[in-house]
Order: sequence, then structure tokens, then C-alpha cells
Amino acid sequence: MLQRLRRRLSGTMLAMWLIGLVILAVVVYGITNTLTWGHYSLTQWLNLIIYGIAQGGIYALIALGYTLVYGILRMINFAHSEVFMSGPFIGYFVATALDNAGYFDRGWGPTIFALALILLVAMIVPLVIAVLLERIAYRPLRRAPRLVPLITAIGASYFLQYTFLGLFGSNVKGYPDIDLLKDTWTFGGVEILRTQALVIVAALFFLVILYIFVQLTKTGKAMQAVSEDKDTAALMGIDVDRIIVITFAVGGVLAGAAGFFYALLFRQVKFDMGFFPGIKAFTAAVLGGIGNVVGAMLGGMFLGIAESLFPNLVLDGACRWGTTGCIPAPYQLKDALAFILLVLVLIFRPTGILGERLAVKKA
Amino acid sequence: MQTSKATTRLDLSPAIRMGLIGGIVTLLLCLIGVIEISHGRAVIYPLLSLGQTLLLLAYVLFCSMAVRRMLAASEGALPRQGVIGSGALAGLLISAFLVALLLVGHWINLRAVLIRASPQLYELLTFGLGFVPGIIALLLLGLLLGALVGGLYLLSEQWRRAITLGVALIPLLAILSSAFFAQRGLSPLAAALIFGVGAGGSYLWSKSGASVRQRIADLPPAGRRLYQIGQLALVAAVVLLLPLSGPYPSQVLYLVGLYVLMGLGLNIVVGFAGLLDLGYVAFFALGAYTMGILTSPEIQWATMRLFGFQLSFWAALPFAVLVATLAGIILGIPVLGMRGDYLAIVTLGFGEIIRIVALSDWLKPLIGGSNGITRIPRPIIGPIHFNSPSSLYYLIIIGCLLAAFIATRVKDSRLGRAWMALREDEDVAQAMGIDLVRTKLLAFATGAAFSGLSGAFFAALIGSIYPHSFTLMISINALCVIIVGGMGSIPGVLLGAAALVGLPEILREFSEYRLLLFGAALVLMMLVRPEGLIPEARRRLELHEAEAGAGE
Repeated sequence: MLQRLRRRLSGTMLAMWLIGLVILAVVVYGITNTLTWGHYSLTQWLNLIIYGIAQGGIYALIALGYTLVYGILRMINFAHSEVFMSGPFIGYFVATALDNAGYFDRGWGPTIFALALILLVAMIVPLVIAVLLERIAYRPLRRAPRLVPLITAIGASYFLQYTFLGLFGSNVKGYPDIDLLKDTWTFGGVEILRTQALVIVAALFFLVILYIFVQLTKTGKAMQAVSEDKDTAALMGIDVDRIIVITFAVGGVLAGAAGFFYALLFRQVKFDMGFFPGIKAFTAAVLGGIGNVVGAMLGGMFLGIAESLFPNLVLDGACRWGTTGCIPAPYQLKDALAFILLVLVLIFRPTGILGERLAVKKA
Repeated sequence: MQTSKATTRLDLSPAIRMGLIGGIVTLLLCLIGVIEISHGRAVIYPLLSLGQTLLLLAYVLFCSMAVRRMLAASEGALPRQGVIGSGALAGLLISAFLVALLLVGHWINLRAVLIRASPQLYELLTFGLGFVPGIIALLLLGLLLGALVGGLYLLSEQWRRAITLGVALIPLLAILSSAFFAQRGLSPLAAALIFGVGAGGSYLWSKSGASVRQRIADLPPAGRRLYQIGQLALVAAVVLLLPLSGPYPSQVLYLVGLYVLMGLGLNIVVGFAGLLDLGYVAFFALGAYTMGILTSPEIQWATMRLFGFQLSFWAALPFAVLVATLAGIILGIPVLGMRGDYLAIVTLGFGEIIRIVALSDWLKPLIGGSNGITRIPRPIIGPIHFNSPSSLYYLIIIGCLLAAFIATRVKDSRLGRAWMALREDEDVAQAMGIDLVRTKLLAFATGAAFSGLSGAFFAALIGSIYPHSFTLMISINALCVIIVGGMGSIPGVLLGAAALVGLPEILREFSEYRLLLFGAALVLMMLVRPEGLIPEARRRLELHEAEAGAGE
């Protein structure tokens, strides 16, 4: 017993747990401090949480693409963030055309029609790109050593990003204003921005559809079988190549939808907009246990909410001098949270919230 | 149909497919603006611009691939007119795509969406002949060029090689001469001369090259040694004399040197030990920031408290390396248990965390935030002030040589072998008695030290550092350098840095497309030649073993 304990307590493990404890202490201290401080009102917290849910829905949708592909090919599709970017980017041109045609000033009917049309375009373009990516870049390398497809994916990511830059320019492109979505709705006394409400509802809708697809349809079950064991699935009469293409297509469609919602929330697109959402969605996928569909959804939601609360809840209280925090503008550190969380999860619970232990073994 | 079966058996689909792919690629090249932007640089002065050269190159490349595929598919049974015809067909298809662009662009203003579909591009594609004659000329060009390329395959291999080399030398030398000697491109006469020398030389070499090589191999040991020393001296002379051509080339070369340093370090982590580290920029940034904090008169808090005075470049250099090394170990500990892609993502995260923290207002009083650190002094040795780019270049050459020496020695040491064992199979390596923790941490630490060193040099060269100089791009660039050169191979790093950092720097109009080029290079390299340009022997074996074992 004692010997086992001693063997487990190697120096590095000890150091890691120490780091973990320190971080935990800072987080707890920061939260209690902020809450007793009472700097923010309840409505402010609620707004942050709602914003976080909207953000989380987007992360969840992108994370599904990572998780599905990882489940089947055991490969991080680095270029997924560019697949995500491509949808709203092309959608932008449709949106401006529809805006010029006046679809957004004629009441609900035309507006919803226009939004649906943009969404459709924003889903089809990434689908095509994702499928082409698989066909051209990944399929020939399916049996190559592991680093090879990963490097290919990094290359493909840069190639796509800068092709978009070359084709369409490097400037930030602003989505048109949609008057009907500018206001707020009130649900049970809580005011919600209309775009946020729309994004939350639509994202949940897509998540439910995907869950049904994976769990109940024949294709979805075939996807699960391929992710479990490719060779056995092939022996059972499943066309593995077809399933892989479908997986990329589904991932692409979801990323495109996420991209459209992202564009609705932030109302702008740029050729390099995919990097941070992509990396965060990957974090979400790892958080939920990569390869696990429900895990990706939960991980995305968690990350979205955590990211929106973290700067105010933890950093503001973590250290303060008198009446002001000693970290000016804590929201600047927001982007670092996803990475810190990722590192912590991989160190302390590589399996994620749900899911198998893939990070360490299973080469 | 049945009766003419024997004559219509020729299956043209390989040529058609290559033509279509070529058409799409060429169209993309036009629409992302590469062709138009490089139109400004002349290759053969009044006749041919770089943009036109690229266009022709695309034609030649895809037509020759079409012919090759056709030859392979027909197993040598392709008739003469089939060889020429398939090339012409592919060329015509490529032209068809460009003509389609011209037609669409003629009636619809594409520019609202595709910003590079400009009148200048159309004019370039129609050779300034106007709309209809231009289209006819473009189609004819595809047809003739394709047929010409097809005809090349009817010649003997010696002649084909000679002509290819002669033609390829022209743009290469034109680019070099315009970069180093600020010339307007070659004159037609010079181009013809280069072609003649290149083609003639190649032909002669293919005739008598084998016997020359044989004679060198037959030399007595002393003679062979002399020959090798001569080769080395030639390379050294070129490397040492390059800065004499002006301050701009030495600046480029300095940058190449920085990437050689970084590449050598990353090569240890990725190439030797097989740990894909995408956060390499973190150590580069730490090296640069340490240098900045210790030497810049703007940042006083550290130096005043620790030493009471500003350090010089040389005094700060060990600290920069030390800080980076320590960071390498500290960041290495949590990722010890991770493999492959997880490691890549987590290290990428480290790199980004460092950048985000450096950029935030939180540490602004200490390291300047988004304003960065400026007024970092240049190195001084006694009376020598390393102010000019060329003197800095010599300095970094010494650094590179030192690093290359260390890397070569380490590679063959016990530690180097342990790293390679780790790369092949972690579990087996551990079973063989290799201490995984120690070996991995040493890989991270050594790599980080090299990166910190180049970061310190970078800070001294630029004189000011900003958080946004340290993006993921630097990690990716360094990765590209070692992958294109050949993972694990030290000469590969040199070649990779020269090709990937030097070339885009020389072709300044391409700077916007640098990452596009890198992305394409990574993908193509992995698909076509995963072992890199100058592969390390063991690694090449490994990759081909993997290919051979693919059927299992």
C-alpha cells in the first residue's frame, strides 16, 4: 500500500498536483472575493450567462466536427476552423446581396426567408470544402504514420485561410444590420437580445437533430460502428470510405451553421476568424471526451459559459487593490482561458467529462 | 462504334483529368492574385514577366503530368500523335478555364466578390490583344504549349532533361539577379546564353557524368579529401561573400540564419524525438523578451534591482538562453504523458498563452504590453559594433555553425539515440531502459535553448519587439522549414530555411502569399515526399517501411 503510494507520488506528478491546487485555490479565492465584493448585479450575471450559452452553442456545433472526425480517423482535423470560416464568409456575399435587395426591411417573412437562405449557403460551402479536403488531402494518408496527416491538416488549414485572403481580400467584412433582430425579447422578466435568443434556439435545434441522426438512423449507427473499429465495421458490410465522407460532410455542415450563428452574433467575418473558435471548440471536444458526441455538446456549453464568466468572476476578484482589480481589462485574458483549461483537463482528466482515455495511449 | 474499336481504344481520361485539375489550379492562381502581382517583375526584360512565367509554368507542369499519366496508363504503347495530342488536350483544357473566366468577367463584374478579378488580370491573360483575339490567342497558347510539352516526351531522356534544366535556370537566375543586383531581369541574349549553358551542361553531364563520378571515387584518399575540402571551401566562400552584394541580401540572410537556428532546435524536438511542438514560438518569445528586458534602457525594473545597470547583449545572452531552457523544462513537465496530436495542441496553447499575456494590459508596466520593448541595443565586441546587417549576418553564421555542430554531435550521442528510440516506439524505448522523463525533458530543454538563442538574436537585430511578432506563424514557419528540408536531417534544415524563408523574402511581392505557399508546401510534401528534400537516412527508411506495411 505504502509502496504503491510512493510509486505514484513521483516528482513530476507531485509538481503537477501542486500546480493544480494553486490554480484551484486562485479560482475559489477569486470567486468568493468577487461575489462578496458585489460589483456586478444579478442582471449582469444573467446577461453574461446567456451570452455564454449562445457562445457555447456555437462551440458545441464546431466541437462536434472535431469529435466525429477524431472518433473515426484518430486525427485532429486542424483545418476544421477554416471549414467553419468558409461558410459565413461566402454567406456574407449572399447576405449583402439580399440586404441590397431589401429583404431585411420588409417584416418577418422576408427576413426569415433571407436568413434561411444565408444559412443554407453557409452550410453547403463548408460541406463541399470538408469533403474535398478529405478526398484530396487526408484519404491518401490514411495509413501513414500519425504525424503525417496532422502536418497535412496544418498545411491545409493555412492553405485554405490564405486562399480566402487571396480571393476575397484581407479586410473585415461587416454583415448587414438586421433591424428586426436588434431589439430584445423578454422571457420571464429577463431581457434577451434577439440575436442571442435566435442563436441559442437554432444551435439547440441542430444539436438535437445531430443527436437523433447519430443515435437513431442507420448511417449514424454505421458511423458509430466505424469509430469503434474500422476493420470490423468493413467486415460487417459498412462502406467505410462512404461513412468517412459522410462524417466530414456532417462536420462541415455543422461548422457552417455554427459559422453563420457566429456571424449573427459578431456581425463580421474575416479570413482568419476561424482560429480561436476552432481551437476553443477543440478544447470543448477534449473537455467532453473526444470521440464522444454528447461530451462535445456539454463541453462546448461549459466552455462558452466559463469563458463568458471567467474574467469577471475569477480574475476580477483574484487580486484587487482597494476598489479596483489589479488586472486591468481582464477580458483580454479571456482567450487564454480555453488553453489553460485544455492543459488542465489533459493533465488531470485526459478522458474528459465523458469518454475514453485517448490522449495518452492508443497510438 | 464497334467497327472502329481498335482506333478508339485510346483512353484519354488521364489527360482530361490532369487538364481539369490544371485548369482549376491555374484559375485559382489567377484569382488569388499571384499572377497579376508578379507581373510587375521581369524575367526576360521586355518579353516575359514573372507572372507570365508562372502561368506558363502551370501549363508546362500539368501538361507534362498529363502526358506522363497517359504514358503510364498505356504502358508505353502510346502512338506519337497520342503523346503530342494528350499534352495539347490538357493545355487546351487549362486554357478553357481561363477563357471561361474571361467570358464571365466580360459580362459580370466579378470584382465585387473576387477582388483580384481585375481588368489588369484580363489584359494579362489576353496578352493585351483585346477580347476576342486574346481568347483565340489563349486557346492557341494552350494547344501549342501542350503539344510542345508532349513533343518533349518524344525526345530521349537526356535531351528532355537538358532542355528542362536550361529552361528552369532562366527564371531562377533572373529572380536571383533581380534580388541581389537590383536588375530589371535578364536580357533576351542573357536568357539564351543561360539556356545554352544549362542545357549543354546537363547534356554533357548526362553523357560523361558517370565517368567523372567514377574518377572521383577512384581518387586516392588524400585526393578525395582535398576534393571534399574544395567543395566545402566553395560553399563557405559563397556563404561568406553573399553579403557583399548589399545590405538587403544580408538582412534576408540574417533572417534565414535565425530560422536555421530555430529549425535546428525544433529539429531536435520534432525530428529526433518525434514530439510535435507547435508552441515553439513561446521560447523564441521568452528569449527575445529576456533580451529586451535586460538590455533595453526602457525597462528598468529588472536590471536595476538585480544588477544596478543595463546589461549588454553578451551579458544578457546567457540569461535569455537560460530562461528559455527553464521554460522548456517547466512546460515540458505537464505534457510528459501526452502523445502526438494532443501534444501539438497543448504546446500550441502554451505559445498562445504567452502571447496573450504579453499583449494584455496586466503585465504592461513590466513588459510594455502592446507597445512592446524598443531601443534594444546591438551587440558589441570590443571595438566591433555589430550595426550593419552584414556584420550581424556573420555573427549569426557563427551561431548557426555552433548550433549545427552541437546538433550533429548530440545526434550521434547516447542521448540522440535515446531520442530516436523514443520517436520509434515509446513503450519499447522504456522497456530498453531509457528514462522517458529525463529524455523528453532534455529534448524540450535543448530545443527551447536553441529557440531562446534565436529569439535573443532576433531582438537584437530588430531592435524592438512586440507581442504580435510572436504569433503561431513563427512556430509554423519553423515547422515548415524542418519538414520541407527533411525531418531529423541537419543539412535539410539549412536548405529548408533558405528555400522557405529566403525565397519569399527575395520575392517580396509574394509576402502576402507566404503562408499560402507554406500550407501548400506542407500538404504536397506530406502527400508526395514525406521524408523531405534531404531526408535523414533512418527516417526515410521508416516512412517507406510504413508504406510497405500499408497492405497489412
